[in-house]
This record gives sequence, structure tokens and C-alpha cells, in this order.
Amino acid sequence: MSNPIPVKIVVAGGFAVGKTTFVGSISDIDPLTTEANMTAVSEGVDDLGDAATTKRGTTVAMDFGRVALSDDLVLYVFGTPGQDRFHFMWDELVRGAIGAVVLVDTDRLDACFPAVDYMEQTGVPFVVAINAFDGVLHHHPDDVREALDVPSHVPVVVTDARHKAAVRDSIVALVRHAMAMATARTG
Amino acid sequence: MTDMDDEGPPPTLRVRPYTMTRGRTDTDVELTIETMIRATPERATRPATVAEAGAIVELCADPQSIAEISAHLVLPLQVVKVLVGDLVMSQAVSTHRGGFQADGRPDLALLERVLDGLQSL
Repeated sequence: MSNPIPVKIVVAGGFAVGKTTFVGSISDIDPLTTEANMTAVSEGVDDLGDAATTKRGTTVAMDFGRVALSDDLVLYVFGTPGQDRFHFMWDELVRGAIGAVVLVDTDRLDACFPAVDYMEQTGVPFVVAINAFDGVLHHHPDDVREALDVPSHVPVVVTDARHKAAVRDSIVALVRHAMAMATARTG
Repeated sequence: MTDMDDEGPPPTLRVRPYTMTRGRTDTDVELTIETMIRATPERATRPATVAEAGAIVELCADPQSIAEISAHLVLPLQVVKVLVGDLVMSQAVSTHRGGFQADGRPDLALLERVLDGLQSL
């Protein structure tokens, strides 16, 4: 068995916006959970004593899924930890990523502000995906774009985190956007 | 009544993973959470120093990402990275990532393959 090439995307957005559902809809396997902690990723802590005293309450869990795209290509889909205090983990998640899908609940638009801000500031390719939970869109995508103040080149799409085809389409939109950004840089 | 969750000393389970790494929290080997790890044919002659390292080699008979190793063996990501880093140095496992451009993101050729794969789902 050859060693497949891994690629990843990140699913960001506020708490309980449907990130884990999104991951589960596209994943070949039941989503897995991995843990990291702030002590381990911060600099200068390398002895057990400090680790033991500073680690409480800083463990963060992340759900992720795996999608076989071909015999030798695997896509990992990582859900970001929701709370702001876990942003230390986002740098690790977006490093080398194709980009991010920022999942939006139009009833709680402000919940995705930190994710949009983060992706803009770090230059990570991203699309805004409006999660139409009940299949009904309460706000027009243009209104969401305006409310979020995202640049015109950033795609705003409608998805449904419960359905594989809709999730797939929002990831396709992200990959196309990442390709356009890569082309703009090199061409 | 004693409430161990709130008032007790830090649970030893939270500390023990770092005894596997002898307290180290980082490795010189470049590893990301999606880096694919595969056991090498040489692994049999490279005995693991701790049981968890042996478990990683065993698990990676089928290629697994760092994140999957962490999930399956219930070990923090950084602990997995340190242990895998050691295994890479001793050539018990090999790593694999794709084609990347200067900014560290996947290159166009790789993105095109991802697009093809998604559209065939």
C-alpha cells in the first residue's frame, strides 16, 4: 500500500454552528477526536513540573474526518475549536491547509466574526458557507456578505451541513477559490 | 465530600503522556497534523523505546496521519509528534506530504487533483 498524499481543510465558525455535522457528512469514517493543549504548543515549557502545574483547563479537543479522494490522495477536514481562547490551535490547523470553510448561522452572525477576522488577517483562502439548517434561507447571501464585510473576491455560498452533496459543493467552492488565489499569486 | 474534579491535584493522567517523551514537547522533525506516517520495512530492527512508540509503528502499517494516531491511541498531538519524530530519526517510520508552493499551501497541480477527487465523490 502506497503512502497517500494528505491535504486538509479547516471548518471554522462559532460554537454549535454545525461544524461537527459538516465534518460527519463528508467523512468516510465516523469523525475522530484529537486533543492538544496550550502548554504543549507554547514556547519555553519543557519540563514536567511546569507542564503539571499549568496544563489544567487548557486541553482542547478537535473533531476531524477523512475523505479518500483517490487511491493516493486523502482529504482531512478539521473542525476548529469554537471558543476564542482556543485560537492558539488555529495556527497549527491552517498551516499548509488548502483553506477554510467559515460556517455561518444567519441567526447568530456575530458568532463567526472571529473566524472571518482570523482568516482575513492570516491570508488563509476561505469561503463563507451559510448553513441553511432547515433548508430555508432567512437572509440573502448578499446581505450576509454585507453584514460580514467580506471582500468581494471571497465566495459566499449556501450549504446544508447535514447533506454530503451540499457539503461537498462548499468544499469545491473553497478549492476553486484557493486555485484562483494561487493563480493570482503566480501569474 | 471531596470533589476531585475541582479541588484535587492535577490528574496524573494529564502528566503521564509527557513522561513518554521524557518531558519534551517538541521535535526537530517537520510534522503537521495531517502529515502521513507509514511504518518502514526497517521497523523490525528498530525497537521502540516506549510502548506507545511501538503502538504507533504497529498502527502505521496502514498509513495514518498524526491526527489519526493521536485519536486512535488517545495521546495529545504534541506527544505524538515527539514520538513520531524519534521514530523518523530511527527510520522506523517515514513521512509523506504533498506538493507545496512557497507560501506553504498546496500547489496548483495538487489542488487540481483535489478538485477532481471531490467532483467524483
